[in-house]
Amino acid sequence: MLILWLALCLSLLLPGCSPAGDRGAPLRIGSKAFTESVVLAEVAAHLAREQGLEVEHSSGLGGTRLLFEGLRSGQIDLYPEYTGTLIEEIFSGEKLSGLPALRRALEREGIRQGPPLGFNNTYVLGMQRETAERLGITRISDLRDHPELVLRFSNEFMQRADGWPALSRRYQLPHRDVRGLEHALAYEALENGSIQVTDLYATDAKIEKLGLRRLEDDLGHFPRYDAVFLYRAELSQAQPEFISRLAELGGRIDAARMTGLNARVELDGQSESRAAAAFVSAEFDTETTAKRKNVARQILLRTVEHLRMVAVSLAAAVLLSIPLGILAARRRRLAHPILGAVGVIQTIPAIALLVLLIRPVSYFTDELGYPQAVVALFLYSLLPIVRNTYTALVSIPPALRESALALGLPPGFRLLHIELPLASRTILAGIKTAAVINVGFATLGGFIGAGGYGDPIFTGIRLNDYGTILQGALPAAALALLVQGLFELLERWIVPRGLR
Amino acid sequence: MFELQDVTKRFDSTAALTGLSLTIEPGRTTVLIGPSGCGKSTLLRLMIGLIVPDAGRIRFGDAEFSRRNVLELRRKLGYVIQDGGLFPHLSARDNISLAARPLRLGRDRIERRIRELIELTRFPEDALDRFPGQLSGGQCQRVSLMRALMLDPEVLLLDEPLGSLDPMIRSQLQEELRAIFRALEKTVVLVTHDLSEAGYLGDTLVLLRDGRIVQTGTYQDLLHAPKDPFTSAFVRAQRRDLDPEGEAPC
Repeated sequence: MLILWLALCLSLLLPGCSPAGDRGAPLRIGSKAFTESVVLAEVAAHLAREQGLEVEHSSGLGGTRLLFEGLRSGQIDLYPEYTGTLIEEIFSGEKLSGLPALRRALEREGIRQGPPLGFNNTYVLGMQRETAERLGITRISDLRDHPELVLRFSNEFMQRADGWPALSRRYQLPHRDVRGLEHALAYEALENGSIQVTDLYATDAKIEKLGLRRLEDDLGHFPRYDAVFLYRAELSQAQPEFISRLAELGGRIDAARMTGLNARVELDGQSESRAAAAFVSAEFDTETTAKRKNVARQILLRTVEHLRMVAVSLAAAVLLSIPLGILAARRRRLAHPILGAVGVIQTIPAIALLVLLIRPVSYFTDELGYPQAVVALFLYSLLPIVRNTYTALVSIPPALRESALALGLPPGFRLLHIELPLASRTILAGIKTAAVINVGFATLGGFIGAGGYGDPIFTGIRLNDYGTILQGALPAAALALLVQGLFELLERWIVPRGLR
Repeated sequence: MFELQDVTKRFDSTAALTGLSLTIEPGRTTVLIGPSGCGKSTLLRLMIGLIVPDAGRIRFGDAEFSRRNVLELRRKLGYVIQDGGLFPHLSARDNISLAARPLRLGRDRIERRIRELIELTRFPEDALDRFPGQLSGGQCQRVSLMRALMLDPEVLLLDEPLGSLDPMIRSQLQEELRAIFRALEKTVVLVTHDLSEAGYLGDTLVLLRDGRIVQTGTYQDLLHAPKDPFTSAFVRAQRRDLDPEGEAPC
């Protein structure tokens, strides 16, 4: 019986996983959550469209692991990466030296690497120029004499094999309490003086603009970060023209160029797509135009995406949670394990859960983003609904329970006509809690490119653009209120009159 | 009608009933009476199969409660509890007809039966569509009684049906209950702690103490032919306020 229900819940979750269906399988491009990666991905997207391919760009996905995992399991076809990241991070256990070794390692995973694009976007440490001058700091080694400085690094840098732990060992840096900070927030923190040192990319558009000083890597700690495109091996056969076009990019983007492209987006407020289009037109002498974005349409689209995530996950959660709650209430021996299990799910950090789900979900669908977000939302919805169902059922007064028994009512009839109606208000409150939490939580789907209101929020954080953040945050808040109101109406309809 | 033989029931380590034997005569009103904790409600709950005895047998007619026949037997028994046990989410009408619904009796038959019952209990017709929260205590007990009588059971079991009503309504309902019991000519088992109520409504009184029967007999037997010092003590305690030579009630 339970297995049947489980099957039903899964069937609800999974067909919803391929919203687009199989319409000629578009080229799926991914990019990381920083401007340069998005711009490079857009360059590739323009080249692909030029070849008549349909392109889906999941922009601003959260982190290397996510993208590499997505590429390996076939949820994306292509994304821009850096050789240093691959050697130090993905293949850190193998001590690869040189590009040929890296190429072979990638080939084993069914992944190919295009030629280096022409710039080395290595990590640098940056400081406000005046601060650096005042303290006489020009090299990373100089930081050793200033343990009082506040160092904050991007979360990725904190974790990387060549990141903070290795750097501090190599340079014998004395700083304690060094923590992670969202990259885009670090500039503001530098400007207002709450931090003094952070990690930057060599092609970072803001270095000049904000008057930052790059600290010299005097011990040669950081490896080379040559930008390359990674793509699935089968793409060479499937789209040879596109791949050879992509190869032509090799050596054509130097550091100055890349910094310029980054600046167009971050300082001049152009969209990544426009900046990339301008580059491709100039470089390949073709007509490429960026699609103009209609804000109202975008918000509408995101609302639909967002609602869909919440509705599908919630429906599946209701279908599973209410029977689970009933089971826990009926068989008290099972109450502890059931409530314990759904409780434990709740303790998994949201972003970790999203990343953990990539692999298992990839067995059911090739899509990255939406399905993982829906499954995560589904899992988080279980606790409030199961717990409320269980609590409502076990707290039905014994006199009522016995009255139903004494009337000779069959068990199924008792459940349907007595116990569930008596519990309806509390169960509905559980569903409401889950729904409202889901509306907020679904914005984290932006981290893995699930669409919805999370998309502008994550983009806004990346570009340090409050307007864009609000385009996601405001509708999300409004939607949460709306959902709350909707459930109050629903309560009037579902909860029996005698209980109100 | 009911035949109890050597029935013992314990809750955890406390004995609620010990080796109790009792025969309920058909067509008569038997009242189980005694101080609180004497086991009278437990006895009633055993008779409707809400709990099972640890030892001994309970026969209803020719049958004993088992997993298979429990629903069927309960339909032959009507059960009314202290506060009515009405379902707050159902109107009076739906509470009354509840037991008939799984049996798929026709709507007309149910409606006819409800008419008979409101006439019997003198329940105002316009209150049928109210919810329990909108009814008075006396009305709730009437609805509870009608619900118990819906399927025209062979036996009516009542556990302190008037226990939480105020004295005026209580005495009025006592009169009505007696009239109803007479009109129905059914076997009735009623639990109360009030001796005058027991004497007024019951043909046979069963006095219980600590899970055992102290004395069985009529009201007059208990009053005038006590077989046990406890009987006299119980009667004295209950009649103190009526006895001109006793102390004034506090």
